[in-house]
This record gives sequence, C-alpha cells and structure tokens, in this order.
Amino acid sequence: MRDLANSINAQFRGQLGRFRLDAAFTVPATGITGLFGPSGCGKSTVLRCIAGLQQLPGSRFSIAGDTWQDESLFRKAHQRPIGYVFQEASLFQHLSVKGNLLYGAPRQPAGQSASQSIGFDEVLELLGLVPLLDRSPRHLSGGERQRVAIGRALLSQPKLLLMDEPLSALDRLTKDDILPFLERLHERLSLPVIYVSHDITEIERLADHLVLMRAGAVIASGPLTKLQSDPTLPLAASRDAAVNFDAIVQRYDSDYGLVTLQLEGAELLVPAPPVAAGERRRVRIAAGDVSLARQQPQQSTILNALPTRIVSATPLNASEMVVVLALGSGGDGARLLARVTRRSWDQLQLATGQQVIAQVKGVALAPGRGQTVRSVSRLPPA
Amino acid sequence: MAGLPPDIWQPVRLTVELAAMTTLILLIVGTPIAWWLARSKAWWKEGVAAVVALPLVLPPTVLGFYLLVLLGPDGPGGALAGLWGGRTLAFTFEGLVIGSVVYSMPFVVQPIRNAFDAIGDRPLEVAATLRASPLKAFWTVAVPLARPGFLSGAVLGFAHTVGEFGIVLMIGGNIPGTTKVLSVAIYDYVETSQWREANILAAGMAAFAFVVILTMMMLEKRTARIKG
Repeated sequence: MRDLANSINAQFRGQLGRFRLDAAFTVPATGITGLFGPSGCGKSTVLRCIAGLQQLPGSRFSIAGDTWQDESLFRKAHQRPIGYVFQEASLFQHLSVKGNLLYGAPRQPAGQSASQSIGFDEVLELLGLVPLLDRSPRHLSGGERQRVAIGRALLSQPKLLLMDEPLSALDRLTKDDILPFLERLHERLSLPVIYVSHDITEIERLADHLVLMRAGAVIASGPLTKLQSDPTLPLAASRDAAVNFDAIVQRYDSDYGLVTLQLEGAELLVPAPPVAAGERRRVRIAAGDVSLARQQPQQSTILNALPTRIVSATPLNASEMVVVLALGSGGDGARLLARVTRRSWDQLQLATGQQVIAQVKGVALAPGRGQTVRSVSRLPPA
Repeated sequence: MAGLPPDIWQPVRLTVELAAMTTLILLIVGTPIAWWLARSKAWWKEGVAAVVALPLVLPPTVLGFYLLVLLGPDGPGGALAGLWGGRTLAFTFEGLVIGSVVYSMPFVVQPIRNAFDAIGDRPLEVAATLRASPLKAFWTVAVPLARPGFLSGAVLGFAHTVGEFGIVLMIGGNIPGTTKVLSVAIYDYVETSQWREANILAAGMAAFAFVVILTMMMLEKRTARIKG
C-alpha cells in the first residue's frame, strides 16, 4: 500500500468554521473504498476536498503517482479527472436525460473510442437508461435521476469516481434497486471509487477498503474485513456487527440447491439459485448468527460448523461479548465475529487461543452478475 | 389617420430605438454585474447593489440633474464628446442612451441577479466536476437556467425606458428627431392643447403597458411551473 504508483494518498488539514478537519489516509487506487462514519464527521468534506470543490491550505492529494494538490499546486475542480455523484442527483433541469449524460463526455470522432474509455452504450446498458434518454429530468423518479447522475459522471471518463451518499436520499426499495447497478459497475469497470456513506449495509455490499472517520479525523483504514473484525473499532462492537468475504464458488449441488463457497480457511454451504463454479460472490456473516461449541455437533441442522481459533474476546455490555475467530483448523484463516453471552462464555470455559467450532446459522449471499433481484438466503434457525 | 400631424410617429420611432438600444446595452453590461452580485462573497457587494438600485428611489429630476452635469461640456461626457469633435453629450441621443442605461439598470440587473441567486452553487459545482471551465459553466448552465430572469429583465428594462420622462426632460430637452421621445411628446401636445394627438399616444402607451404586464405575469407562471 505504500507503493505510490498504485495508491491514493490523501491528507486534508484545516479549520472550517468551528470544525477542524485532520484526515489522512492511503488506500489502493483500485476497487471501492468506503468512507464511513457518523453524520457530521467530515467525510463529505473530505470528498469535496478530493474533488477540488473545497480548498484547504496545507493539504495534499495524489492518485497513482499523479499529484492533484500539494503545498505549491492546486488543480481546480474542472481540471481533475473525477466523476462526482452528489446525494441529490442534481441533474441539469434545462437538458434532456441524453443532454445530461453527454454534458461532460469528451468529444471524439464517431466510431473511434479508445479501448480505455467507458462507452455510451455500455453505460446505458449497465444502468438501464435506454428508456429514459429523451425524457426531461423533471419527469424521472428519484432512483432514475440518481442512475442518470451516475451515468453522467461515468461518461466524463473519470480516473476516480467520488460518490457522496448517493443512495441516502432514496427510500429502501429504490435503494435495493440501485445497489445491484453499483455492484455491476464494480464488477465491470476497473475504476477506483471513493464511496461516502453512513449506512453500513451499503458499505458492506460495495466496499473493498474502508476508511473510518470520527470527528474530523481518520481512526482506521484498511481492507473491509480486517476493520470489521477489529474489536477495538466501533464496527465490531455495534449491534449489527458482521464480516464480509469475497468467496469463490467451488461447485453447485443442484439436488439440494446448495452452493459451496471457498473462503480463506473454510468452505461454506449456502442455499442459492444455480451459479457457475469460479464466480466471485460476496457473503456476509453477522456476529449474531454465529454461535460457539466446544465440539463438532453430532446431530444438527446447521450446515456450517467451522473449526476456528479464538483470537480475542471483548465485553460489549453487562451480558454480551464479541469474539473474534480465525477460520481453519490451524487458526490462521479469515476472521469471523461471534456475539455470545458472558454466561455461555464462562460455562463453556472458553479462552483466547482455544480451538472452537463456530456454528453459522445464516449467510447472506449478495446477488451475482445478471441478477438484479436481491436474494439473501438464510438457513432456518437450528 | 387623416389630419394627423405627419411627425406624430417620429417620437414613437425614436422611443423604440432608445429603448431597444438601452435594453441591449443593459443586457451586456448588467449581466456581469448581476453575476458578480449573485456570486461574490465580498462584504461590500451590497453597497454596490444599493448604488445600482438607487434610481428606484431617487427623484428622476435629481438623477437627471447630476447626469446633466456629468454629460455637459465641463463633465466627463463633454470630454468624451470631444473625441468626435462634439462639445457635450447633453441634449443628444447618445446622452439619452447613457441616461436611460443608468435609470433602467436596476430593472434589468435585479431580475437577472435573482435568477442567478436561485440557481445556487450546486449546478455549477456539478458542471465543474464534469470538466466544464467556469466560462463554459456560465454559458451552458447558468445562462440557460436563468433564462426567465433575462426575459423579465429585458421586458422591464425596455418598458421603463419607454416610460421615462423626468430624466429625458433634464438631459435631453425636447429636440424633435433627436431627444423628443413619446412621454415628452404627449406632454408637448397637452401644452399646446392638441388633445387628440396626446390621446392617441397615451392610449398606445396604455395598451403597451398592458401587454408588458401580461407578458411578465405569463413568464412568471411559466417559471413557477418549471421550478415546481
């Protein structure tokens, strides 16, 4: 990650009214980086600084070795190769959908598109915009508007896509409609994205990397799963703590409708519609869905009973604790979270370093390529 | 229209020329002022706004008096006229245009500024993130979005120039074909008891004013629909 040529280096410092921003982070210049924190922690300000919409003296920003600002340099917003999706779609009311989409598109001779560039037809297809082209932004629904705004940003051929809570102004259903579009973007385009959100479910579905912010400062940054399973950070301690993995499909059992997924240090069985082997799918395992046992259960409806090692245990409140587990019989695989009661912990005489069996009651599987419907599968409770 | 004096249409033509010229100049000069008033964060900009708005409250004779001094042989207007061998800008068509520009300025600048204000920062920020230079953003985003403001500014500026009287009398006098505009002509006809001629011009002005107000109201309705 210290490799400048392939990373995003940001350092923004300054006073904004009564708010002090002091945020510095380095993340890879690939994939989606989630910028997460409570409302008012300064994450949107960081994004505006990256875009050049806000200027804080003494700040630096570079991406893949290309410096956009430092002590002596400040590239204005229109000189930075970015795409920006605001919370409200902010479409140009005086232009049609097509006019909006093409506003920032560089002019190039017809038929000649560089292999690097994002094509008009590709964006239309990716975001389902074909039926909207000749409409006026005034006659679009909130979700449609936001999709046009995303398409407009993509067609300006950015080298970095900045998204400022693009779904937070939408209702739950519309949000679920748009998330698969974003997942497809992630899959199809090799465009680095910085995605600001205060909604952990969006981050869990989209982000590869995470920058955690609080009160104008960065408190941690790193791969999503690593930060999710760090008991010293607020994510693991939260009510809906969970970890996400990008798993590889091993095989599909069409008799029972079960897919076998390979993770680092374990295999998971998950009910799902048919999928091809080799596909990458994101799974989510909530801490509340994992229970612990000293021995492999002999007779149980639970499909996934995985050997793990207890890495750490941190009390959450008077009655519960969160346990970090490492998958694999050697105990050196991916990290998993379990929320257990302190009473169970004491009765089973559990301790750090011990080998235990993690029983996973439910695994949520994100929809894959071509599937636009959310198909979260959950096993019946044991 | 038999029996009408042949020169009754001269003031009409002169007035339309004056108003058209004034409106055109005001759109060119007033737009950057309106843009600056809408976008600048300078603490003294409201002072500038007040100066622009001054003709709204100043008695036209007061404004006309100072304009007369400025345009006269001893003022900058006289020096300007000297460039083409003239002695003064007072009592000339050019002087009248300058006076009208000053007098009608607030009626053009205010609606355009309000329209720019209503756009807000966001569309311009969006344009910047789409690689539009500030100039491109101005022409392709700000101006089209502020179009209703430009329309009402142009209509109001034109109408007010047509109707001005006090300033014209102070700095233009009453020279047929040069400074004798409609309002002065009506006054003139009344002074010489030519009521029929005065009535024709006055009725024409009333009809014109009605059309202007109607246009404005329809424009506003349309704007409200676009925004809503």
